[in-house]
Amino acid sequence: MTDRVESLEAAAREALGERARSIDVALGECTIVVAAADLPAAMRTLRDAPPLRFGMLVDACGVDYATWANRAWEGRRFAVVYHLLSLANNQRVRVRTFAEDDDFPVVPSLVDLWPAINWFEREAFDLFGIVFDGHPDLRRLLTDYGFVGHPFRKDFPLSGHVEMRYDPEQGRVVYQPVTIEPREIVPRVVREDKYADTE
Amino acid sequence: MAEIRNYTMNFGPQHPAAHGVLRLVLELDGEVIERADPHIGLLHRATEKLAESKTYIQSLPYMDRLDYVSMMCNEHAYCLAIERLLGIEVPIRAQYIRTMFDELTRLLNHLLWLGSHSLDVGGMTTFLYAFREREDLFDMYEAVSGARMHAAYYRPGGVYRDLPERMPQYQKSSLRSDREVAKLNENRQGSLLDFIEDFTRRFPGYVDDYETLLTDNRIWKQRTVGIGVVAPERAIALGFTGPMLRGSGVPWDLRRKQPYEVYERMEFDVPVGVHGDCYDRYLVRIEEMRQSNRIVGQCVDWLRANPGPVIVDNHKVAPPPRESMKSNMEELIHHFKLFTEGMHVPPGEVYAGIEHPKGEFGVYILSDGANKPYRLKLRAPDYVHLSALDEMSRGHMIADVVAIIGTQDIVFGSIDR
Repeated sequence: MTDRVESLEAAAREALGERARSIDVALGECTIVVAAADLPAAMRTLRDAPPLRFGMLVDACGVDYATWANRAWEGRRFAVVYHLLSLANNQRVRVRTFAEDDDFPVVPSLVDLWPAINWFEREAFDLFGIVFDGHPDLRRLLTDYGFVGHPFRKDFPLSGHVEMRYDPEQGRVVYQPVTIEPREIVPRVVREDKYADTE
Repeated sequence: MAEIRNYTMNFGPQHPAAHGVLRLVLELDGEVIERADPHIGLLHRATEKLAESKTYIQSLPYMDRLDYVSMMCNEHAYCLAIERLLGIEVPIRAQYIRTMFDELTRLLNHLLWLGSHSLDVGGMTTFLYAFREREDLFDMYEAVSGARMHAAYYRPGGVYRDLPERMPQYQKSSLRSDREVAKLNENRQGSLLDFIEDFTRRFPGYVDDYETLLTDNRIWKQRTVGIGVVAPERAIALGFTGPMLRGSGVPWDLRRKQPYEVYERMEFDVPVGVHGDCYDRYLVRIEEMRQSNRIVGQCVDWLRANPGPVIVDNHKVAPPPRESMKSNMEELIHHFKLFTEGMHVPPGEVYAGIEHPKGEFGVYILSDGANKPYRLKLRAPDYVHLSALDEMSRGHMIADVVAIIGTQDIVFGSIDR
């Protein structure tokens, strides 16, 4: 298994050349980091180059790095992570790209390469506010009609901003500010290295 | 001349054939679908966000509630991802138990799919038969975990406890006489494994029954043959997995191609369709049920002969046994820390995909070394399938949309997450 990942790493390094900012292998999985501007060209290479041929897009999701390891994150805040699968070579690869602007994150859309990505991009837009340039139908997907904000961002509270209830006086459903306090029962703890070493 | 316009129709979210809370906006030219726009998210619970604020074990029961007709398979992908991050090896007996319950779950899922799909296109009988068998499968779930649906049985490092020695039996009540109880308990005299073995012997006959009702049924074929045809190249581009991909003729099964647990030791065949229509996908799933039954039988034989531990004895990950916790200070501390602070997972990222009954169910965990995942992404197979509904239903009649939704095997727990 490890040989196969390493041969994949070598093939990807050769095919992508300068466009890959880094290629790492960890836990038997290969991760490629690509700049947002190079993304369409790099992904096209991954899809079509004979030793790679990642014909299927398995997953794409947004990530908000704002509170990584309970510290302030240095570097770009929003990333999109793609998981590709090659049916021809029976291999998987992960591609990560960071959006350049934190206030208005934009990443090129890949709908032309894999139609399967359509809803994944809509979801990442809905939940993280990442804009996919070139997407034909970038509407909200999972949240309510008329929802404000991007709920999976780390600065969005778990309990949300508004709640819905039936108002008997007005005879309809109304939105109002949330009446519950966010509470965290188990604090988030990041231990020093080797604390929970499983060996 | 009168102006001719397309007609827009709302399908769902309370339509019985919408399989839950699908709202579908259909643009119709007469009765022909011009465009289908699924509106999802009515069951969105932000499971991924909730998991970010809970420890790894606390989020595990949420996995049952994703695809709520194949509960243990969801847990399985989640546990696999954590185990790969931690780098722990699961005891072999636990691997067999997981394989067996994955396949029982596949039966559970396919039976519900078969029942509701045939109900949608006009056959009531299969539904009743399928639910009769599901009852036995729920009893197996209940015997190992105490819960009929939301089991929370798989844990990082193995399974919660070993298979019971005695299958629970029905009790006499004001509603059931002695004779009825004795009849119900006929195949529950031995252990759980005896009950499962008895089921695997009975099950092929049941599948024959379903096939008698449907396979050559004229109405069934009229409703499914040539409906929702997807070419193999298109199926790959659209991200189809599982029976949807195999129905189009692509022999891709993660149990074979990227085996996990003990699937490489199992003998089974991977059925593949030819035409890529609803009928072929039906045939694929029916054959999958027979193959799952074979796998369950092989697991039962192995599990009978090979006792052993079912969860790792690394107490940073799995709780210590009850007895040692009561008598040993260190084990008590382990227990306390595990259930308050939870386990710490080393920094890194991992994607674990399994052959879920609906397709590839994937869990992507991004960990920064805390006791909670930094980001958890659940890749649901039916989410991807539903996104192709527009393309599959264009040019078909309204009634065919119901057949296509049925063939996609949609469950909103996992689509909306």
